[in-house]
Amino acid sequence: MKVRIKFCKYGMMKFIGHLDMMRFFQKALRRAEIPVKYTEGYSPHMVMSFASPLGVGLTSDGEYFDLELTEEMAEAEALERLNREMVEGVKVLRFFPVPGDKKNKAMTLVEAASWTAFPAPGLLPENWKSLLSSFFQQEEILITKETKRSSREVNIRPLIYQLEPEGESISMLLAAGSRENLKPELVTGAFCSWAGIPVTEFSFTYHKKETFARTADGELAPLDALTGEES
Amino acid sequence: MRKLALSDDILLKVEKPARYTGGEVNSVMKDKNQVDIRFAMCFPDVYEIGMSHLGLQILYDMFNRREDTWCERVFSPWTDLDAVMRKRQIPLFALESQEPVKNFDFLGITLQFEMCYTNILQVLDLSGIPLSAGERTLDDPFVIGGGPCAVNPEPLAEFFDLFYIGDGETVYYRLLDAYREWKQSGLDRKAFLEMAAEIEGIYVPSFYEVTYREDGTLASFEPVNPHAKSRIRRQVVRDMSTASYPLKPVVPFIKVTQDRAVLEIQRGCIRGCRFCQAGMIYRPSRPRNLSMLKETARAILKNTGHEEITLSSLSSSDYLELKELVEFLMEEFQSQGVNISLPSLRIDAFSLDVMKRVQDVKKSSLTFAPEAGTQRMRDVINKGLSEEAILEGAAQAFAGGWQKVKLYFMLGLPGETKEDMEGIAVLADKVARKYYEIPKENRQGKCQITSSTSFFVPKPFTPFQWATMYTAEEYVKKAQVVQEAMRNQLNRKSLRYHWHTAELTVLEGTFARGDRKMGAVLLEAYRLGCMYDSWDENFSYETWMKAFENTGISPEFYNLRPRQEDELFPWDFIDCGVSRKFLRKEWEKAMQGEVTPNCREQCSGCGSARYGGGVCFEGQN
Repeated sequence: MKVRIKFCKYGMMKFIGHLDMMRFFQKALRRAEIPVKYTEGYSPHMVMSFASPLGVGLTSDGEYFDLELTEEMAEAEALERLNREMVEGVKVLRFFPVPGDKKNKAMTLVEAASWTAFPAPGLLPENWKSLLSSFFQQEEILITKETKRSSREVNIRPLIYQLEPEGESISMLLAAGSRENLKPELVTGAFCSWAGIPVTEFSFTYHKKETFARTADGELAPLDALTGEES
Repeated sequence: MRKLALSDDILLKVEKPARYTGGEVNSVMKDKNQVDIRFAMCFPDVYEIGMSHLGLQILYDMFNRREDTWCERVFSPWTDLDAVMRKRQIPLFALESQEPVKNFDFLGITLQFEMCYTNILQVLDLSGIPLSAGERTLDDPFVIGGGPCAVNPEPLAEFFDLFYIGDGETVYYRLLDAYREWKQSGLDRKAFLEMAAEIEGIYVPSFYEVTYREDGTLASFEPVNPHAKSRIRRQVVRDMSTASYPLKPVVPFIKVTQDRAVLEIQRGCIRGCRFCQAGMIYRPSRPRNLSMLKETARAILKNTGHEEITLSSLSSSDYLELKELVEFLMEEFQSQGVNISLPSLRIDAFSLDVMKRVQDVKKSSLTFAPEAGTQRMRDVINKGLSEEAILEGAAQAFAGGWQKVKLYFMLGLPGETKEDMEGIAVLADKVARKYYEIPKENRQGKCQITSSTSFFVPKPFTPFQWATMYTAEEYVKKAQVVQEAMRNQLNRKSLRYHWHTAELTVLEGTFARGDRKMGAVLLEAYRLGCMYDSWDENFSYETWMKAFENTGISPEFYNLRPRQEDELFPWDFIDCGVSRKFLRKEWEKAMQGEVTPNCREQCSGCGSARYGGGVCFEGQN
């Protein structure tokens, strides 16, 4: 049977990369004695699949991975056991069963992610909120995407679903996943360059609030709000 | 939440920031106001190397069991962070509290290999601790060294306040108790060093005076402080089964070199290979009992969640209950998805059977360490592995489906002839021939026999401590002889050959048997920018040679000079267990090509029996 696990990552854990997070959870699941299913063969490993990799330097309240178990386990007990094995900077929030078929893989479901971008103190001008609103009202937002061989202009506006102030920070809902994906720093970068605000790579820190899938009626819903019937 | 010593902009710019942030599973946090002693335990290399070292985990755990002590870890910052720390004047910090090392009571540095000596100076320098022990004040920690290289601490004498000689499990608590007493007394640094010098196994270099002869060799080595002993006795854990062992080792976030649970099944070795320092300085061979190992394995896997467990010892095949242990590990843990890795096993029917059950034969290779190419030379070095045993083991392995064999050899052994060098290629070819004896329809393509040679470095407290080394050019020529011979073999297309660099060997030689004068060379090399010398990309032989030149010290004195039977060696003040008389007898037997039986076959009276444990008393109680 398959379960989906939701966790948050904060504090110093932001320096731990995606592959090391996987290793961390593999060891934590063993310490917690969760009945995980292993592959056959000489070096058995867990059948584990992450919804999306979170880059070094980013924190999140909405990370997910799927896991095959050999037997059922109640959410309350799993959370209790797993959280005993966590370290400062990572906490398991949910542990719930999901359908085992391929189209329900967490990785395949991801359609969007919501973010908060925290600006460095004094970075944004006083009128930044109205600037942001005008920026978002544009029909086209062109940025230059650099690849190894070429650079080309792309319009990222269709990939921004929401963009608004959240206190003194910027809240955004962006396309995510394997089909379309927009990194939050590209949005802040485009905004600041449009508004003439000088930035460095450390001008903002980014926090992912939630990861979303699309339900049967086309609405976005958090990955832990799905029961598996919708899609 | 812990406050990190480095800001985000630094951590996000350097390679693998998790090297510096701590907070790993099983790392120990304490309230600094509730402890009397803060101990910074340092492995002077990068995090991934240091965290793979069992000794560090043993002492970390042992110190932290004391309520009055908080032991934290320190590693060498990699060159990227090193540059940032120097530029921004950020002091080196310990991983747990993220506080400067300079605020600690002790800085303990493990000495695992000579080529990390410049990194010791890096650690002191970045910490803001005076490099020279004599310049330290009450504001500085006591700097203590330990580990295998501490059996010849002299090249480092200038930089350390104290050295701990031998197994760490024995007198460290006594040293910490003495420190607590001293701290309350309000006396000066020297007073603590005098208290420490009274403890068996502790060496305070500043309490000794060395005089030299005109030819540069030692004339005398004497204590000049009434508290200092004339001989320092190496510390030995008598019963390994009751010694402290970490059941909750720290689990790194990033992949380290040894990323698995480690079970030290015994310490010491019965074999008596004449080149091997570990085989001499860890005598007598002392096993841990089976039930202790079973319990320990269970606890470590439970507490770490590691997916692999490995056995550690100098020669696992000599552990008498190996079969029971391995079977226990397979039965108990394989079903839980735990891999079992078995290093340093003698190749025989038992080990082949076990290996087949724990690894994929097609992907894995078998390793033999004949160490020398001819039987004559294997007798000289007392390596009790015959050509028949190697070929028989290889034949069995090939029959079992293996196609890859690795062979390890040394070049530059005492009395080496051209035939001994060429013998490496000849032996490799014979192994290949065993493979091609299998009917064509029963084998899959070619075999791959990979031979590697390293250049031999004579070490203190071995029978070869009297041996002469060679120049870098001579070493390269030796490797070329082997390579040429490989090309002349029948199965040359199945043979591969690698050799280690010669220049590092020369340098290692000077420190291995170095005296106090080498401290000046080390300091000069560090000033000229040497660091991370065991990392190819950082090693600069030219810079090192300049350091020798600038200090007027010649590497030839340490490496190429013949040593007389009665020469006073810089390490002779240490009583290592094995007697000098035994070592000399072994040297003479080596020159005659005579072998010595292993400890289990017959006691050779090496001197270690007086420690009162281990193989010396096997079957006697």
